[in-house]
Amino acid sequence: MKAIVTVVGQDRVGIIASVCVDLAAFNVNVLDIRQTVMQGYFTMMMAVDVSGCTCPLAELAKKLEEKGKEMNLSIRLQREEIFQAMHRV
Amino acid sequence: MLDFKDILATQDMIDKRHLDIRTITMGISLLDCTHEDVNVCADKIYDKITRCAKDLVKVGQDIEWEFGIPIVNKRISVTPIALVGNSCKTDSYVPLAIAMDKAAKECGVNFIGGFSALVQKGCTKGDWILMDSIPEAMRVTDCVCASVNVGSTRAGINMDAVAKMGQIIKKTAEITADNDGLGCAKLVVFSNAVEDNPFMAGAFHGVGEPECVLNVGVSGPGVVYHALKGVKGQPFDVVAETIKKTAFRVTRMGQMVGVEASKRLNVPFGIVDLSLAPTPAVGDSVARILEEMGLEVCGTHGTTAALALLNDAVKKGGVMASNHVGGLSGAFIPVSEDEGMIAAAESGVLALDKLEAMTCVCSVGLDMIAVPGDTSAATISAIIADEAAIGMVNSKTTAVRIIPAPNKVVGDRVEMGGLLGSAPVMPVHPESSEDFIARGGRIPAPLQSLKN
Repeated sequence: MKAIVTVVGQDRVGIIASVCVDLAAFNVNVLDIRQTVMQGYFTMMMAVDVSGCTCPLAELAKKLEEKGKEMNLSIRLQREEIFQAMHRV
Repeated sequence: MLDFKDILATQDMIDKRHLDIRTITMGISLLDCTHEDVNVCADKIYDKITRCAKDLVKVGQDIEWEFGIPIVNKRISVTPIALVGNSCKTDSYVPLAIAMDKAAKECGVNFIGGFSALVQKGCTKGDWILMDSIPEAMRVTDCVCASVNVGSTRAGINMDAVAKMGQIIKKTAEITADNDGLGCAKLVVFSNAVEDNPFMAGAFHGVGEPECVLNVGVSGPGVVYHALKGVKGQPFDVVAETIKKTAFRVTRMGQMVGVEASKRLNVPFGIVDLSLAPTPAVGDSVARILEEMGLEVCGTHGTTAALALLNDAVKKGGVMASNHVGGLSGAFIPVSEDEGMIAAAESGVLALDKLEAMTCVCSVGLDMIAVPGDTSAATISAIIADEAAIGMVNSKTTAVRIIPAPNKVVGDRVEMGGLLGSAPVMPVHPESSEDFIARGGRIPAPLQSLKN
């Protein structure tokens, strides 16, 4: 089962590291990372494998969102199917 | 891997354009809850609803988090209570409404529909008892929604029931006068009601439906409005195409969520209702879509044509995105629940007569309309009869959800709160329809050929 993690906010040192540490703690494997800076905002997209996630996915999504708030970033995790449904026939 | 652009576009729709799943509604059959004793029947209703729907809200919330898409409402619809209560030896079904209300609260849903009767051709004893129970049921419950189907293309219009419902609506408004007649916001009178509608207040679980089923209602007026801003001044072909593409995306999401939820709840997936359902929030309005097409204010000349295009394009776009489409599917035009409609009605441009014309080309009908408190029962019945006739002749669902706001006059405002919004009190024709309604009987079913 795959999910997409998106991180948007002011660029600074350690964003990727910090998110990856959290994901690793719940046994979530990072499959792909892309990042860019759009209109001054750091925008990162990660494809992750959540099949082995050690907590319910809803909880991981909540934890990442809280973490984002602490770091003044928007961090969200969403199952990949929502994007597939909307953008692929 | 997915494109950045697609992912950010989806998130933008959710964050800024009010994209959401408007409702997941569990339909539950109560046909096995009948009993001679109304209190035993009420207990059976409570037990069955709480058993079937105990995980509905939890599953909905989990899906919201996992997919990052809001599911605004989790709701329940049940078998029309007039059928369930028919074998009770009682003269009031209010205890059954109370059981529904208690069960809805226990399950954590915000509305439960199905305090209903289907009387298009005639009324059983149970149907009369149900209609008589509506005012008190609306007063003593918070979550229960009532509906009565008074006409259909095959059966014609039951004018005795139309006359009755005018009086019931008046009584419901009076008995809930402390809340501006809020009870009427939970009461719909239908023609050609559908059995799998997930939207309130008109949802009920039809007798042709399975034991338990999950239906989904999608929304997204804000997304359509935003998409149309990108094609300013272009021909209607482009407008229709843009709406179709947007509706397709929104519906695909609804289909996915519906299938996922039904899998988790272990109940069959029913239908996706492809509706543009507005909310009072700015940027989530159907009226503003019509205005974006080039109308100065919704309600002016051209509004009906704009709405016809919108309604048709939504269906065309959505129908391929889902394997089962049903419910009401189309654009809703509830006045109090749509920021643009409220503004248009307050400015006097959008009048009741224009709204009636608009209901010929879109889903549902005269919805969430406040009229002066001194409007007679006969006038309300006549408004219902007009809408029912539009539905009957055009083989479509129409409905009336009207609030004769106690002690209010034209220009006042009725505050319903929350998703129900607020409605300016609109004028009705003062000339009497009393003798018309007093006739009773049935309007025969219309001819289905020689169409002109």
